[in-house]
Amino acid sequence: MSSPQPAAAPEPATGRYRVRVATRTAKAFWLVAIVIIAVLVFAPAFASRPMLQDLILVFLLASLALCWNLMAGYAGLISVGQQAFVGLGGYALFALIIVGGFDPLLSIPVAALIVALLSIPVGTLVFRMQGAYFAVVTWVVAEVFRLLLAQWRELGGGTGTSLPRSATNDMIGLDFVAELFGVRSAAAREIIIYWAALFTVVLVVGGCYYLLRSRVGLALRAIKDGEVAAQSVGVSTTRIKFAIYLFAAFCAGLVGAIYFLQTSRISPDAAFSLLDWTAYIIFIVVIGGLATIEGPIIGAILFVLLRNTLSGYGPWYLIVLGVLGIGVMLLAPKGIWGNFSQWTGIHLFPTRRRIEIVSQASKDAR
Amino acid sequence: MDYLNTIVQGVLLGGLYALYAAGLSLIFGVMRLINLAHGDLIVLAAFVLLAMVSALGLPLPVALLILLPFAFALGWGLQRFLLNRTLGDDILLPLLVTFGLQILIQNGLLVAFSADSRKLSLGALETQSVNLLGLSVGLVPLITFAVAVVVLGALSYIFYGTGLGRRLRATSDSTEVVQLMGVNPRVIFAIAMGISFVVLTIAAFFMGVRSNFDPSVGPARLLYAFEAVVIGGLGSLWGTLAGGIILGVAQAIGARINPEWQILAGHLVFLVFIIVRPRGLFPKQ
Repeated sequence: MSSPQPAAAPEPATGRYRVRVATRTAKAFWLVAIVIIAVLVFAPAFASRPMLQDLILVFLLASLALCWNLMAGYAGLISVGQQAFVGLGGYALFALIIVGGFDPLLSIPVAALIVALLSIPVGTLVFRMQGAYFAVVTWVVAEVFRLLLAQWRELGGGTGTSLPRSATNDMIGLDFVAELFGVRSAAAREIIIYWAALFTVVLVVGGCYYLLRSRVGLALRAIKDGEVAAQSVGVSTTRIKFAIYLFAAFCAGLVGAIYFLQTSRISPDAAFSLLDWTAYIIFIVVIGGLATIEGPIIGAILFVLLRNTLSGYGPWYLIVLGVLGIGVMLLAPKGIWGNFSQWTGIHLFPTRRRIEIVSQASKDAR
Repeated sequence: MDYLNTIVQGVLLGGLYALYAAGLSLIFGVMRLINLAHGDLIVLAAFVLLAMVSALGLPLPVALLILLPFAFALGWGLQRFLLNRTLGDDILLPLLVTFGLQILIQNGLLVAFSADSRKLSLGALETQSVNLLGLSVGLVPLITFAVAVVVLGALSYIFYGTGLGRRLRATSDSTEVVQLMGVNPRVIFAIAMGISFVVLTIAAFFMGVRSNFDPSVGPARLLYAFEAVVIGGLGSLWGTLAGGIILGVAQAIGARINPEWQILAGHLVFLVFIIVRPRGLFPKQ
């Protein structure tokens, strides 16, 4: 994926121009990215536990933000109901562990798959509405799941439940990690969860980047420029949107499973929280920069820093976030990365196709 | 007999939901905007009424009458100075800005009034009931329903019987064409939001009298209002009343079967409507 692909050049035979996606900075950034990921993989060896916990949160929030951004920023699907899938992921995990007796680590991908399966009928339903109506219907669906799961007595009903210690203490790989880093099982559990969260964010960043550089990305740009026009040249808009909705649901399920495995406690209100899983996520995307891959990542880091310094102020903290969010939307709708990128011309994850005149061709033309 | 009672209670509850929905429906109809802060604005208005009663010692109905012109001005100003800046081809911006307002209002109310549950009081009137079809029906729910009908009738008159209504409908049809006729859509939008605020303040009055409220209950009101609007048919005022009644009856029947199913039953009936009649009962055109 690191090689500069002259993706889908329309007329390669003429040799006068070619379509490029990659930039020089972006190619250099691949090396940096590999180093960053390597450092993050080995972080449990030197980072403190609070640091790891913050990183877990950054990874999970960035994953959700990237998915929301993929939907709203590229596919025109504005959802205020992603908490439905985060909550379902958490509840699927708890059901697999408590009711099914499965291993916690293996339950994570299974829970995400269950969520993806559930998102097919849910998507079929919410896709009957468009635009702003779509947004509110996704929210109603999330409320329905919250109210339904509050009826599940085996998982604690409305007050929720905790994971039994016996289940979390013999998770696959726990002894190995405990021995490797010489830590107790609680810390070892957190390290495994940290890796799962890191894996998720790398998967989501890679997935988004791959998707946006592929034919799908081209189709999405066409949809954004004009949906009817895109349809008329053969872009199957609904299918692409649905596929993105499914991908986002799967990732949200993954995030929910990992988050609630870490907290070891779930309740309908926490699992299906509009504030935690949608309002914060929208704030992250808007602040970082809509319709960029870099933006949601920067937004998530900034959000966790803000949270650590300001969350003691209770409602005032949320008022500050609200004012900041509205202010950025009205005055600098491109967000931090959008403005930075426009100013410097730097794209770390370039997805836009540019036409380059090949110098050889211009010589030939003479 | 018991079920008849449930249905009558549901219909009357539907009157309250129609009041929640009327202001939202109006905004929908005129500017294709969903005001995600609508429910929180209702709760905000209820808290202002509470403060007027407790700080100024006014009787509640007088407080409502005094508040209405200020509500219009606030709605007008919000649209004129904030929301008009978000309108364009992209629906993302108005949605996100009203979503942000929702967070601001909820937390502002938390700071000002704490998370305690409150109620507006109409005194002895609240406990009175009348005999209807052999059923004992509370006077306040009955008045709520009657006011909902009057409000929808008044909106209907404004829409279809006045020059302002003609401009509102024309703006709804095409914001470009009305400009050729010398109408500034931004002014029309501000007036529409002002009217919406008047209606939601009336809704706040009855919400506060009929049930407890606290800063967190706004979003649920928004969802009921939205559901009533969609069930009734987007942009149809009387459809909104029908939608409110269907939602109210569904909730009342759900609550009768199991008190925990009240809200769920309403949401499920709404989702069934999306599958069966996504354009609602009385769609425009």
